[in-house]
Amino acid sequence: MAPLAPKTGDPLFANVERVNAELFTLTYGAIVRQLLADLEEVEEVNKQLDLMGYNIGVRLIDEFLAKSNVSRCVDFKETADIIAKVGFKMFLGVTATVTNWNAEGTTCSLVLEDNPLVDFVELPDTCQGLHYCNILSGVLRGALEMVSMKTEITWVRDMLHGDDAYELQAKLVKQVPEEYPYKDDD
Amino acid sequence: MAAIYSLFIINKSGGLIFYKDYGSAGRMDTNDSLRLASLWHSMHAISQQLSPTTGCSGIELLQADTFDLHCFQSLTGTKIFVVCEPSTLHMEGLLKVIYELYTDYVLKNPFYEMEMPIRCELFDVNLSQAIQKDRVPLLGR
Repeated sequence: MAPLAPKTGDPLFANVERVNAELFTLTYGAIVRQLLADLEEVEEVNKQLDLMGYNIGVRLIDEFLAKSNVSRCVDFKETADIIAKVGFKMFLGVTATVTNWNAEGTTCSLVLEDNPLVDFVELPDTCQGLHYCNILSGVLRGALEMVSMKTEITWVRDMLHGDDAYELQAKLVKQVPEEYPYKDDD
Repeated sequence: MAAIYSLFIINKSGGLIFYKDYGSAGRMDTNDSLRLASLWHSMHAISQQLSPTTGCSGIELLQADTFDLHCFQSLTGTKIFVVCEPSTLHMEGLLKVIYELYTDYVLKNPFYEMEMPIRCELFDVNLSQAIQKDRVPLLGR
């Protein structure tokens, strides 16, 4: 009775509860605005957004696994594909494309043409160093850590800084499978 | 009458975060349930090492004379297992439903700390509904 793991996120996106996109965008904007007012320094805000994203990611991964029914990914390539096609679709309603694989298959780029977080947003001159969507990098990092992958996620291109798309670089630092301490020091 | 005797949820380090018994057959006191949970966690881990095939993800079903134990482990290491009457059907489906309830009502609760015991009212309410729905067809037999 369990449905087969979907290769695209569309059926999933249709089934999960959705919220008004503008409400989501405006709420996120209010959060960033408040962080800027509280912390004042753009680097601090970047770090805080990443931390918030991390805390979201560690919980989000279970929801993703429960609702999407995906099985264990064979390698990082499959992981990146699932994130781009199923993950982003399920939570943000957009799909990303995966490009720029390095030779070992440990680094890739996730490119988002469309990003619901940044609708209506313009960065003022005082905040040019701000990674407005840094929460996304935190979410990916947190989620992957809970499935034993230590990653580094950074922004390569950002439309708010004048580029033509949003590009996240995902680098797999190492796989850390659960080790059971059989050789305890007594 | 209940087909399910008890339900346990353990976190990735083996600590018991949720325990519920249904009926006197499954009842045990707090210390015993904690002990049983860590025992099961270790056995589950050892079974992965013992398995003659590679890629084994641990015990899914334990069948004994007087009970069955169905276990589900998520890819994040959280284990949900249920002790029930022998040959009870649809337990795997129930475990998946409970996992979804866990993600919706426990993880999304901002006051819930990860890996800590679950004290979420919405989770309890929805869990009872899910188990009741399961019981009705079984009682009809």
